[in-house]
Amino acid sequence: MEAKKKTLLEIHNLSVAFWMYNGILTQDQLQVISDLQLTVYPGEIVAVAGSSGSGKSLLASAILGLLPGNAVVRGHLYYRGKELDSVQQTRLRGKEIAWIPQSLTYLDPLMKVGKQADGHRKPYPTQKRRALFQRLNLPKETENLYPFQLSGGMARRVLVSTAMLTDAQLVIADEPTPGMSLEQALEALKLFREMADQGRAVILITHDIDLALAFADKIAVFYAGTTVEIASASEFRMGPAALRHPYSKALWQALPQNGFQPIEGFQPYAGALPKGCLFAPRCSQATKECKEQKPAIRSVRGGEVRCFYAT
Amino acid sequence: MRKGMSGRLSRTFFIYGLKIITLLLGVSIVSFLLVSASPVNPVQQYLLKIGPVSPQQQEEIEEYWGMDKPLMERYLTWLGELLQGNLGESALYRRPVKDVIGERFSGSLTLMVSAWICSGGMGISLGCIMGIYQDKWPDKLLKKLCYLLSCVPTFWLGLIFLLIFSVILGWFPIGFSSPIGILRQEVTLWQRLHHLVLPAFTLSLMSFSPIALHTRQKLIEVMNSEYVLFARARGEGKWMLLLRHGLRNILLPALTLQFASIAELFGGSVLTENIFSYPGLGSAVSAAGLNSDVPLLLGITLFSTLFVCIGNMIANLLYEVVNPQIGSYTGEVSR
Repeated sequence: MEAKKKTLLEIHNLSVAFWMYNGILTQDQLQVISDLQLTVYPGEIVAVAGSSGSGKSLLASAILGLLPGNAVVRGHLYYRGKELDSVQQTRLRGKEIAWIPQSLTYLDPLMKVGKQADGHRKPYPTQKRRALFQRLNLPKETENLYPFQLSGGMARRVLVSTAMLTDAQLVIADEPTPGMSLEQALEALKLFREMADQGRAVILITHDIDLALAFADKIAVFYAGTTVEIASASEFRMGPAALRHPYSKALWQALPQNGFQPIEGFQPYAGALPKGCLFAPRCSQATKECKEQKPAIRSVRGGEVRCFYAT
Repeated sequence: MRKGMSGRLSRTFFIYGLKIITLLLGVSIVSFLLVSASPVNPVQQYLLKIGPVSPQQQEEIEEYWGMDKPLMERYLTWLGELLQGNLGESALYRRPVKDVIGERFSGSLTLMVSAWICSGGMGISLGCIMGIYQDKWPDKLLKKLCYLLSCVPTFWLGLIFLLIFSVILGWFPIGFSSPIGILRQEVTLWQRLHHLVLPAFTLSLMSFSPIALHTRQKLIEVMNSEYVLFARARGEGKWMLLLRHGLRNILLPALTLQFASIAELFGGSVLTENIFSYPGLGSAVSAAGLNSDVPLLLGITLFSTLFVCIGNMIANLLYEVVNPQIGSYTGEVSR
């Protein structure tokens, strides 16, 4: 049903690896994102969920073209149907695509917060920013503080405001809510929802699945640097029966209100990825095929899944 | 909050003052001991200028000067006079040491201040260029220049400059701070500047390369920081990043370094003033040394200690005043 709509961002088979020295002279590629797929339509909030080290934060850098020099990127990115190469990335950064980083360290330690949120483009949106600070429950004097005087939650709200002040059509928010109180987090997410309702799109990278479920339209589940499933938020709310991938089901079961059951094992380390399906070592239904071949992503019941046996 | 800051500042000031006084005392003891242990005999040196006297007269003068008293007593007498502001009389210039230092220092100060500004300006701007073009050709070229300058001795560089710009090209005078044969009152500002350019430039080249290299290093650090990454993500270009975040974050360390370089500058001025026959404290100290002018030598030693200490103190105080992270803390404001 959404296929007819124009996509805002398409990610096809994105792989990111880093050159690393593993001795004095030999270099190895460390695969951190492999064959990642994601499509974002205008007007939606896509939550990217997964445990730490699943490559969520790198995704933002890859979209913005801000990966460090030793990164090797393969695959294709399209923004509004147009290939998103480094020239386009430089042009769109901060204008069409905004990024909300996750911590205080992303703010210049020697610049006052208000000036910093206003950004470098003139005219400075000072009035708009003051209203936004107020809405985000940041005290009036916040604008004259330096970042080191902020709490973690305040810093995140300031970072959120930087994206809100742009006309960006795509906002990539990396863990925007930790450190905020529940009301503050809800207010921030409400702002994201409003943005999406204006036809913009938000990629919400998060640990907090509950909060994501309340506001997101779809959930992309990341595991070991790839998307294992893309499901609608309503399916996620329904539970394992509506979900497709064993990892998504396990993730659902691990939520406190659903029994708090963790699954055995650990997410594979980027340097030691299994040969076949990345989840196979922890999967109870894994077969020989799973251990030897990588499943491709495919459509199942309107969602997408990377599993041979999903129905 | 304001009060807390000024309280802390005056505390720092007080501690620094105490440190400087102790250091000056230490320096005075060591230099007095060194001079006493040296073969220099102030009486003989004094008599050289007066003319021949009989051995008996010499003994009387020595007794009058207290040369027969123990070392400790002589030191305390000297220190007592020193504390009353009496630095003695220069054997070389036949004037109070205080006046000689005052007059010579004003010449040196002009030279050092212009060299200091020049090296700071050049150092910081070239450091920025190197940092921005990290590992590209402008960086490589300038880095080599910096390394070259830090291993070339100043006096040699000064001689080369004299040879090229004064002897061959004739653009600048060969020495002194004003033209020869003109009364001091009649020297114009332009003439003074003309005489100042070459020595000041030579002196600034000496302290400029560490400042440039430190600025480069710091700027690279800043450019690789997360806040610059975020600024880039917001669409800031290379020069905008330098203006908005780079300068802001490198200025403080650069200024601190700049004030700390006063010590090197002072040392360098001795050489530079000698090469360019520039009448300042530096040429006075070597003249005092060569002519065994003990009072002047001791006076300049103490004065230069004080001068360098004050430079370092300014560097430290500046850090407290300018850096908001040290200067004022408003307490918990989170909500």
